[in-house]
Amino acid sequence: MAIPDTIPILGVSWNDALFVIFAGILLGAGLLVVTMRDIIRCGLAMIVCFGALAGIYVILGAPLIAGAQVLVYIGAISVLVLFAIMLTQSKSGPARLVFQTQAVPSAIAAIILAVILALAISSTDWGGAAVRVATATSDLAKVLFKDYVLPFEVVSVLLLAAVIGGVYLAKRELGPDEETGPR
Amino acid sequence: MTNSLDSYLILSALLFCIGTFGFLARRNAISMLMSIELMLNAVNLSIVAFGAFNPALRPQASVIALIVMAVAAGEATVGLAIVIAIFRNRRTPLVDEYDAMRQ
Repeated sequence: MAIPDTIPILGVSWNDALFVIFAGILLGAGLLVVTMRDIIRCGLAMIVCFGALAGIYVILGAPLIAGAQVLVYIGAISVLVLFAIMLTQSKSGPARLVFQTQAVPSAIAAIILAVILALAISSTDWGGAAVRVATATSDLAKVLFKDYVLPFEVVSVLLLAAVIGGVYLAKRELGPDEETGPR
Repeated sequence: MTNSLDSYLILSALLFCIGTFGFLARRNAISMLMSIELMLNAVNLSIVAFGAFNPALRPQASVIALIVMAVAAGEATVGLAIVIAIFRNRRTPLVDEYDAMRQ
């Protein structure tokens, strides 16, 4: 039995419904990331946000990007951020003030930026087709390993440099006042 | 709705603005790094959306999105290492208490 193109009762297509659901989760989790008090929960909301974005990549027809999103962002970067949170949390619990004093002006600036961007996007004719076409993974692989092989290798060297730099920066050096062991 | 580029671009713009607000307003350095990740994701979303709707850019956009992800991973590594190194000296993750160069 084939699944019909539209949801039977509501009459909207499955893609539209999924897009609205994922966009709602994405923006809601994003707002939670920047507004919640407990920073561990901010990190967990960030994972939800990345997962919803992977769903939107699937709707856009880029399954390889969605897989990479799950692997890189949810699997690697979120875990890194959560570990950094655990390493830097002070014992007195979360800080009294979550926001800087310039929170209200920055909120106003962000809203103005959103309005300007929305106006610019809706008033521009982007050309191109009005229909989505999925990216074939074999085409992507051909382009990535033929035309873009030099950027690919440069990025791998960059990642190696970032890992070495991260280890060097976060390495514990025993200073003269720290010879008595961990505090 | 899913067949127009505008809806994806507006979603991306809203996510970018949320990230901008978080970067400007939060006190915790790690929260600021998380906001930067949100902004990078927003840009990635618009790149992939352009690639899905414009036949001339189709595989290239995905390649650029993958490279952006790798660079974001490197940025997160170094940024969090710097935050941990500063935390070790100053015992606080709050950026408004990093005022050694002002005194």
